[in-house]
Amino acid sequence: MTAPLLRLTDVSKSFLGTNALQDISLEVDAGKVLCLLGDNGAGKSTLIKILSGLHKPTSGTIEVNGEPVTFDSPRDAGARGIATVHQFGGTFPLMGVGRCFFVGAEPTKGFGPFKLFDKKLAGEIAVREMQSLGITRVTDGARLVGSLSGGERQALAIARAVYFGANVLILDEPTAALGVKEAAHVLRIIMQARAKGVAVILVTHNVRHAMMVGDHFAVLIRGQKADDFRKGERTREEITDLMAGGEAMADLEAELAELQAGA
Amino acid sequence: MTTSLPKTTAGAEAAVTPPKPSESRLGQLRHRPEAGALIGTLSVFVFFAIFGGEKFLAGAGTASWLNIAAELGIIAIPVGLLMIAGELDVSVGSVLAGSSMTLAIVSGHWGAPMIVGIVLALALGLLIGLLNGILVTRTNVPSLVITLATLFGLSGLTLGLSRVTTGTTSVAIAPDPFSKKVFGQLIGGQFEVAIFWWIAVAVVVTVVLQAMKYGNWIFAIGGDKESARATGIPVAKVKIALYMASGLGAALVGVIQTILYNGAQVANGQAFVFNSIIAVVIGGVLLTGGYGSVVGVLLGTLTFAIVNQGIYYTGWNSDWASLILGILILVAVLMNNTFRRLALSHKPRTAKKA
Repeated sequence: MTAPLLRLTDVSKSFLGTNALQDISLEVDAGKVLCLLGDNGAGKSTLIKILSGLHKPTSGTIEVNGEPVTFDSPRDAGARGIATVHQFGGTFPLMGVGRCFFVGAEPTKGFGPFKLFDKKLAGEIAVREMQSLGITRVTDGARLVGSLSGGERQALAIARAVYFGANVLILDEPTAALGVKEAAHVLRIIMQARAKGVAVILVTHNVRHAMMVGDHFAVLIRGQKADDFRKGERTREEITDLMAGGEAMADLEAELAELQAGA
Repeated sequence: MTTSLPKTTAGAEAAVTPPKPSESRLGQLRHRPEAGALIGTLSVFVFFAIFGGEKFLAGAGTASWLNIAAELGIIAIPVGLLMIAGELDVSVGSVLAGSSMTLAIVSGHWGAPMIVGIVLALALGLLIGLLNGILVTRTNVPSLVITLATLFGLSGLTLGLSRVTTGTTSVAIAPDPFSKKVFGQLIGGQFEVAIFWWIAVAVVVTVVLQAMKYGNWIFAIGGDKESARATGIPVAKVKIALYMASGLGAALVGVIQTILYNGAQVANGQAFVFNSIIAVVIGGVLLTGGYGSVVGVLLGTLTFAIVNQGIYYTGWNSDWASLILGILILVAVLMNNTFRRLALSHKPRTAKKA
């Protein structure tokens, strides 16, 4: 039996005595999508920062391919094949697509100190990789990133991560700032990455989007894992209720009904 | 399409099919943010050519603004690089004065060989740049404040040390013929040799910025520091190197001026603090970082120099030069914003022409 690509066991994180995360255990396999659901402040961001090497867990272990690891920097996480794409794609609006794609890993030509940045090659690869994710509107590597739509920027960031060998792709609210059509496109790209054997961790509070692409789901509430289930084991209402804190939601409903009756 | 093309390219057009038959040259220029800077330079040139008359266009007139542009340009180009990386450097004025005095005291007052004074003067520039860079990257204090502190600190240090060592604030120097030739020659009795230094700096920096990976890092750092750091770029090292380049540029102009005028004064160079920023901003560099080019900075520098000198040839009171520059900065920044917006909205696919 093979170990999961990424496994967290009892990971906790506290800041100045406050528990931001408590005993989180998760697994994600290659070619699967794990959806991490939770309301604002549930601890999603802290978990992402731990996985991407920005924070160290207070306790608990992280394993990549069954091997325990510690990340001292985003670079360490990257070296283990873990890439994080943030909400706005982490891209540079006033740079060309090709330049942006290769920031920090520029292809060069020439010798010694006179190595030149091969912009033509960079542009070609960037355009090719984006097209392989279904972005056909971008044909020029010199095109400024700022002229792309939100979905195209996400695609650029995802294509970049996959090109540089990411096995685990963490997507932080990729659809939150997008319109319906753009969001659909990003979801399609997630499925394409999944088909390439990438393990995707989709962090979102949009239950609908999560249910469309997820294989496995985990719900975080106030730093704890409240539920953990597979595709098809819960209905959308159940998940939404759980995320909103079930009972609290019922109380609110009752209160609102009372107000309505009173009016 | 052919009607909008200049006649000279019509022949070439027929011989080879252009690789991108999307738009005319002029149309493509519209999407380059330097277009605003180019319009600015051409406008002020035409303006002063009309009102300044023949004297402005003659050799002496041309030399007067080219000399100003060369000295300013050597400082403005590295300052522009820093601005592209999202940082400011206002300490250049004191670096210029400090390195001038270093050279004049070491090789003039103490009589050491010229080369020793020149090396020490340039080393001072690098050292102040290193200090600025370390302070900016280690603290979270805005670079404007830090370099303002070094501007004043170094200015005081230069004044104090000059008076302690020489008892005066201006020191004469008699440069040897070789140094004079390399740094302080007047070609044809009019054109400073600094013009060639300026061209050399522009060429080197253009290659670094446009054709090397370091240029990509500089754009990325100015575009979004956090994302840049996440990609593994050594952000702090790049910034420190850029501050050192800016210090070196200012020190080089200090050396050039000292050798050209056979002496140095502690008050030299303070005008370069704002003038360099003006040249860079008119040149279309984004004050908040992430965008800019050497061509833009060159154009901005030329614009500044033409206005600065052209006013003398109009016969008007030179008091008005600053007013023109003030208006020009405002117009340039607004125009650059427009051109940048055009560049961002530029989608090649929609421009269909055959």
